[in-house]
Amino acid sequence: MGYPHKPHAKETKVLSKYFGDPEARTYKGWVKRGGYEAWRQAQTLAPAAITDLVKESGLRGRGGAGFPTGLKWSFMPKDKKKPHYLCVNADESEPGTFKDREIMRWTPHALLEGTAIAMRAIQAEVAYVYIRGEFTEPYAIMAQALAEATAAGAFGDLKIHLHRGAGAYICGEETALMNSIEGKRGNPRIKPPFPAAFGVFGMPTTINNVETLAAVPPILTNGPAWYKKMSLSNPKSTGTKLFSVCGHVQKPGNYELTMGFPLKDLLFELCGGMRPGRTLKACIPGGSSVPILDRAETEACLLDYEGAVERGTMLGSGGVIVFDDSADMVYQIMRLARFYAHESCAQCTQCREGTAWTTKILERILAGQGKATDLDLLLDLSENMTGKTICVLSDSCAAPVVSGIKKFRGEFEDYIAGKRKPVLVA
Amino acid sequence: MANDVVNLTIDGMPVSVPPGTLLIEAAKQAGVLVPHYCYHPGLPVAGLCRMCLVQVEKAPKLQIACATPVAEGMVVDTQSEQAKSARMGVLELLLINHPLDCPICDQAGECELQDFTFQEGRPATRYSPDYAKRFNPVEDFGPDVLYVPNRCILCTRCVRFMEDVTKEPVLNVSERGDRAYIGIHPEARLDHPWAGNVVDLCPVGSLLSKDFLHKARAWELDKTASVCTGCSQGCNVTLDTRDNVVVRVRPRPNLDVNRYFICDHGRLNYRWMNRGDRIEAPLVKRAGAELQAVDWDEALARAATVLRGAGGRTVALASPKLSTEALFLTRELFAGLDWTGAVQIVMGEEAPLAGVPNLALRPERAPNGTAAQLLGYSRDYAAALKAAESAAVVLVLDEPEVTIRTAGALIYLGTVLPDGARDAEVVLPIANVAEEEGSFVNRDGRVQRYFQAKPAPGMARPAWWVLAELLTALGRGESLAGPDAAFDRLARSVGAFAGLSYASIGALGKPVNTAVPATA
Repeated sequence: MGYPHKPHAKETKVLSKYFGDPEARTYKGWVKRGGYEAWRQAQTLAPAAITDLVKESGLRGRGGAGFPTGLKWSFMPKDKKKPHYLCVNADESEPGTFKDREIMRWTPHALLEGTAIAMRAIQAEVAYVYIRGEFTEPYAIMAQALAEATAAGAFGDLKIHLHRGAGAYICGEETALMNSIEGKRGNPRIKPPFPAAFGVFGMPTTINNVETLAAVPPILTNGPAWYKKMSLSNPKSTGTKLFSVCGHVQKPGNYELTMGFPLKDLLFELCGGMRPGRTLKACIPGGSSVPILDRAETEACLLDYEGAVERGTMLGSGGVIVFDDSADMVYQIMRLARFYAHESCAQCTQCREGTAWTTKILERILAGQGKATDLDLLLDLSENMTGKTICVLSDSCAAPVVSGIKKFRGEFEDYIAGKRKPVLVA
Repeated sequence: MANDVVNLTIDGMPVSVPPGTLLIEAAKQAGVLVPHYCYHPGLPVAGLCRMCLVQVEKAPKLQIACATPVAEGMVVDTQSEQAKSARMGVLELLLINHPLDCPICDQAGECELQDFTFQEGRPATRYSPDYAKRFNPVEDFGPDVLYVPNRCILCTRCVRFMEDVTKEPVLNVSERGDRAYIGIHPEARLDHPWAGNVVDLCPVGSLLSKDFLHKARAWELDKTASVCTGCSQGCNVTLDTRDNVVVRVRPRPNLDVNRYFICDHGRLNYRWMNRGDRIEAPLVKRAGAELQAVDWDEALARAATVLRGAGGRTVALASPKLSTEALFLTRELFAGLDWTGAVQIVMGEEAPLAGVPNLALRPERAPNGTAAQLLGYSRDYAAALKAAESAAVVLVLDEPEVTIRTAGALIYLGTVLPDGARDAEVVLPIANVAEEEGSFVNRDGRVQRYFQAKPAPGMARPAWWVLAELLTALGRGESLAGPDAAFDRLARSVGAFAGLSYASIGALGKPVNTAVPATA
């Protein structure tokens, strides 16, 4: 299980510096590499001072929403009246995303150290690391690392628990994750109340993504100014981010880039471009839940929060899915819709019924039995599924459908008109 | 700074409500019913059917009225194009997997899915008839509950009722996505003593009462406000009658007594109201003959003669299901005589509804024991039976199980004629609780009115009328025009009811003054 690619000159290795280095997984090895220095430093700082440092660095949530991390921490009650909790979202299930997995596989102590620092910042005594159920290997590595660090007394009185998910995509939604930790069905909760007021077990809670927390120790050791300076385009997007590239490129994998890096360079330089004889057709830059980009948009897109929005999509989790000219966009979109239909928690009507109906229409189109009215129906249905539900799973299903029809309408129409050979979907 | 009212505008109507009120409740004050499924005032908010989406000025998205608290100066439009289109979308989605089997569904006519679809749904679906609808077989959930998953819209009211109100969480949502259905714990049955409420809570025809299954169409039913006779809790109920037969009992909301619920004992205990073997005419005993049917004048005159001749001890054995008015007039009948009155109260197990304070199926399985006590009736039934043996006159009021041995004369007022009353001098037919108006006093001393749901059979009359006429025949008072006059006479002479009038009790009841000692 060697780490697949050699560092590329254009990468900025902060989080992935020790990827592929088995010794970095051990407590001793991590300490030798300067690990737990940030935690030692943090213990000398007041909680608010840590939060201020993170605020200053401009670090934003790497799970998908890009919410400023320091600001999120500052929502926790200052005068502590109840137990505070930290939940670490390691339920990485977004199709096309596999960055947290690598962090946990290679640098578990980076995550644990970031977790301890965040706990101090939000005055939490207990943290739950909610690890995706399918991540058996990362779980074993995390468990080993936690045991070693605990044996070495690294965290003092802080309690860090690993909690395994049971295979539901929706449990990566922060309120569903809290329900799941409580032993309940992983259903998203209505907000308000927000987690900082009423979180896991009804107590003030902060939920952070793995990559977000792993970025905290280097911010403390190198200072927020250092982190803030790592920005190639918009100053509101700082630091580095792991991009998981998959699909039709020569060298898929995780690439750590400074914010604002051009997507085109990532695909054609770092990832070696398309397969021979193929050309780029489309790209989903932020995990399956964000709108699809066509070729021109992909080539113009800068990889930061604002750059993605400028192209009509979102940076999301940084899961870059690449399609070349051999890809059948109707089929691809059907597969995405089917995923969401399978994973809908069944609470909200629009999501429960809408995702399944969307899938059925797309399957019908692929089977050559689509109707001329189907595309308008899909768009209207997607409109109905956007912005009206408890969480954004429904919106996530609608996003690729709407952008797919908008940008690749011809492919849909060809199926409907009988110009394409029907695809029978199982 | 805490203001006691919040002012807002809903569909152009100014509304003032206490802070913390949810939009959906505030809207009711403006006369607006925001369509909804998962919301129910007796359950915790779930906010998941997304039906009650409304437009709130300055909010970036549509808001769900069931989970949005009011705010000062809020401007709400429930009828904006956006809100209407969102709700129309929800309705279309709710129907894509719905069998639309309204013609054979018990809920038809009182179905919220039907009502709101007619109100603001699409005229036709865009769901292709080629697609199969979700299908799951009907499940037997418990003694009185069937689950028809195909009709289910997954509002989770039943799940939340079992979890938060009964505190016996045997239901859940099983599976995900459009495969989801309401599941029951594999080793459990829906046999909680209050489980029947899930049928009322279900906004569609997914949870059905076996007892009511295919008995009547909703639009054939007449609904009458009543009070449950199953125990001393005094839950407010609605009697549903079809062609003058009680076919269903449902809870009638009363936040001070039973909130939105009734127990299964009360719900299913109504068949006696429809008994066919009723006494339909007054009967008197002729010398050496059986009881013979006569008219009211003769029967009353005969009863008056018996009572007038009473020298010595008199005993009244009354049913605790009799109205307060009848219990009172019975006592009036014996005023000035050596009188013993008693009620027999059957006892059972208590079955509380854990999530609602002070609500239970009470051990005292009778609705009016408190009034009997306030009016000086004893609970020592055995002693009264013993006293009856040597009494000059015994009056039995609707105790069909009773066997009386007495040396004196027996007068029987009742709905049915038990063998034990065949020796009576006079038998006077009376109406049962579904056939008359009257009041009960529950265990907490709350006097509550019930109303007439169907006519009494033959010549049977309400007990208050019979007793008042008897008093008139004895020259002690005038005929009463109605139960209101009977109650008002009671309120004038019994301290516990002082200051109350029949009209002031209303449909939801009033507390009586139980601190006033009983006057024997």
